[in-house]
Amino acid sequence: MAELRPARCGSSARLTAAFLCVFLLVFLRCASASRDVVHPGGSTQEDFLQQHSNSTEHRKAFPVLAFNYEHVRKPFEISLWILLALLMKLGFHIIPRVSHVVPESCLLIVVGLLVGGTIKAMEGAEAPVLDSKLFFLYLLPPIILDAGYFLPIRPFTENMGTILVFAVLGTLWNVFFMGGTMFAVCQIEGAGLGDVDLLSCLLFGSIISAVDPVAVLAVFEEIHINELLHILVFGESLLNDAVTVVLYHLFEEFSHEGSVSIGDALLGVVCFFVVSLGGIMVGFIYGILGAFTSRFTSHTRVIEPLFVFLYSYMAYLSAEVFHLSGIMSLIACGVIMRPYVEANISHKSYTTVKYFLKMWSSVSETLIFIFLGVSTVAGPHDWNWTFVIFTVFLCLVSRVLGVIGLTSIINKFRIVKLTKKDQFIVAYGGLRGAIAFSLGFVLTDSKMKHMFLTAIITVIFFTVFVQGMTIRPLVELLAVKKKKESKGSINEEIHTQFLDHLLTGIEDICGHYGHHHWKDKLNRFNKKYVKKCLIAGERSTEPQLISFYNKMELKQAMMLVESGNAAKLPTVASSVSMQNIQPREPPRRRVIPSVSKSREEEIRKILKANLQNTRQRLRSYSRHDLMIDPFEDNVSEVRLRKQRVAMERRMSHYLTVPANRQEAPPVRKVGFESEHQVFTYDDSESPGDRSVQTKPSSAAVRLLNESPQRPDQSDAEPKPKAQDDQEEQLKLSRCLSDPGPNQEEKES
Amino acid sequence: MGSSSSDMSHIPDAQELMQETGFSAAHLARLHERFEFLDKDDRGELSPEDFSTVSELAMNPIGDRIIAAFFSPGQQAVDFPSFVRILAHFRPTDANRSRNGRNGAQQEPANSRTNRLKFVFQLYDQDRDGKISREDLLEVLRAMLEMQVEEEQLQSIAERAIQEADLDQDDAISFDEFRKSLEKVNIEHKMSIRFLE
Repeated sequence: MAELRPARCGSSARLTAAFLCVFLLVFLRCASASRDVVHPGGSTQEDFLQQHSNSTEHRKAFPVLAFNYEHVRKPFEISLWILLALLMKLGFHIIPRVSHVVPESCLLIVVGLLVGGTIKAMEGAEAPVLDSKLFFLYLLPPIILDAGYFLPIRPFTENMGTILVFAVLGTLWNVFFMGGTMFAVCQIEGAGLGDVDLLSCLLFGSIISAVDPVAVLAVFEEIHINELLHILVFGESLLNDAVTVVLYHLFEEFSHEGSVSIGDALLGVVCFFVVSLGGIMVGFIYGILGAFTSRFTSHTRVIEPLFVFLYSYMAYLSAEVFHLSGIMSLIACGVIMRPYVEANISHKSYTTVKYFLKMWSSVSETLIFIFLGVSTVAGPHDWNWTFVIFTVFLCLVSRVLGVIGLTSIINKFRIVKLTKKDQFIVAYGGLRGAIAFSLGFVLTDSKMKHMFLTAIITVIFFTVFVQGMTIRPLVELLAVKKKKESKGSINEEIHTQFLDHLLTGIEDICGHYGHHHWKDKLNRFNKKYVKKCLIAGERSTEPQLISFYNKMELKQAMMLVESGNAAKLPTVASSVSMQNIQPREPPRRRVIPSVSKSREEEIRKILKANLQNTRQRLRSYSRHDLMIDPFEDNVSEVRLRKQRVAMERRMSHYLTVPANRQEAPPVRKVGFESEHQVFTYDDSESPGDRSVQTKPSSAAVRLLNESPQRPDQSDAEPKPKAQDDQEEQLKLSRCLSDPGPNQEEKES
Repeated sequence: MGSSSSDMSHIPDAQELMQETGFSAAHLARLHERFEFLDKDDRGELSPEDFSTVSELAMNPIGDRIIAAFFSPGQQAVDFPSFVRILAHFRPTDANRSRNGRNGAQQEPANSRTNRLKFVFQLYDQDRDGKISREDLLEVLRAMLEMQVEEEQLQSIAERAIQEADLDQDDAISFDEFRKSLEKVNIEHKMSIRFLE
């Protein structure tokens, strides 16, 4: 079965791909053609009016169909481009072989080249260039926000020193090395580069030296390298923004003057601190605001995700106003906001935030690479062999030297040293990307600008194509450690926390105020003051372990629902046994004990009775509330409770009984409503929270209290004797109440 | 910290200790200083009360366990060599493992992964029966969660933890199972205090 598939897929894939190509070419033709048709199209209405006024002429009939493209031109074109980008992305993934060898970014650039070429071939059409404003204001923020919001905090903070050294010192080294050597190169006679002065070279260096987060993300995502290396390169690409911003502005300002004085250099250093710390502070403020706002959103769940996005975007823009580092501001905002926001918002909002961020960043990334390709074709080029070749060569050299040099210093301070392999990957992973291009694009027009742009594009192409394509086989070849796919393990969590406490204690005994000591202090401060302010209600005191545990339970429950309740459920599902429940397993196989007919009937009756309530609820739908529940507060409370108890008892023993497919989905749907009413349930059951990690689970617990057919969570009920029952019912309720299957891996 | 030989003379068996634990002379001197600082009544050994003077330990959920770990069962005092031996577990791993290779007769250093894990295991296993039983685990959870959670929740967490780790189905976690459940955690990194390098 598995073998047949690819063959069929292959031919149909090729067909689809061909179709897509034709499709988009037609699109383009239309788009550009329609631009030419502007005049006749736009003036149809005027014609009509004119003719109507000259009513001496024969009256024109009322135009049933008119053509007016100008009206919708801009949104039309934007949508067209985005659609094109996404279709391309789709196309690549249909053809598995290509996407395995070539990273997506390369393919997208190639597409961009093709499109650019096509547009150029059609005279009269102007290609959209990667406008810097468009790039920095619209395309870049989603990617950075996505990265920052989901930044794995623990490895990031553990390696903060290393990352900072690479980001700051590494970039500085690159800039000056590049600038200096390029200047030396320019002195070579016969290259025709005599008029390029030192400052311009330094400016060029500052543009080309920064490792680009977009490119790094695009390539590293696909190779699944181990966490340490990933966070090193990626963290560096994020944090070097401040350095880049300062140096770029510094050199740009003074490239007109022609020289930089010592005073200016010192001011530059001060500027660096202002830019980076200021950016972080701006992000911090907005993050706190966002967290605080989310505390009050329990009644308007629908707009919760928007707060996250808007506060972050505002942080970015506010930082850009003052020429502070927008990227650092965005990262800081996301990082600060996340633990508190996630404790406050509902599970669905959390999912929404996550998916929207992924979606936007995906679209942005695709567009960036395509536009890069298009701009390459369109832009005015000035190819100078010497300059370009040396640029590419020196970029590599400076990167390698920088990494090696810095690592030898860093390793003196690290507990886990960086091996040669690690160093190689860090050096090789220093990709340049669209940021460099955009910075180059904004330069004031001059002959040098074109030359610089050409060189920049060449470097970008080289890094993305050559380095991007070869990094995967190199990783395999060097047997670099890959990312360990670890299922969340409650044991690990317990032990890790235990170790944290242990180390803090030992540090105290030694009298040494180390890493753990300060982390502990921060945690205590956080728990005592900050969480009380920023997290709504009873969740502010939930211990991290509990939230982690709940999250795991939730995940398992969702997996259960997804896999269609076919496999046998152990009394307490451990992650080990969960691995056996694969959705791929033929669902027909029932390993469950058979149930007597009468029992089945009882269960079905109860389900049906409660499902009817569902339909009534579904009818009352309003745009502002996800649900209005007329049913809850009524007389039937007692009856419902009785039903719940009965159901729960049965369900806990015969979980797999409702094997009828029809039962499962409607049951699932019920969960929809329950979203945003926060019922009073027993605090002890579900945790109040102290959230440092994600908290979708508590929302789930909330979820299940609404629908009357959920096994009852409230403590008023007599506690079930067997702890197993409790387990099951907890799991089941979470299972049933969550509507959307959610296949997220652990994200931390 | 100048490693003046006069300092060393205060410390009994300094050379032996250095050999055994891998601490340098400077470190040993520093630890000795700390030892003397904690040893308020200057007896040359520490009692549990001496440890309690470290204020932060009181706030630590497993503070009493850590203190107890320094004392061998039954004893009420810990002398300097024992103090140092316990702390040797937290010394960062040497970059070169030559020590292990050459002296086959010599024991594994205290800061090897196995020994570190053994130390942690003993902290869990208070009744010293060689296994982390459900009760042991519950005690730990109670301590760490600081009474914020209901008993059933604790029970379910403990249950789940044991289910996950328990491979031989004896309803308790043995040392090997413990080690296995931690295989993904970088113990060398996590249990290293740079101060003791």
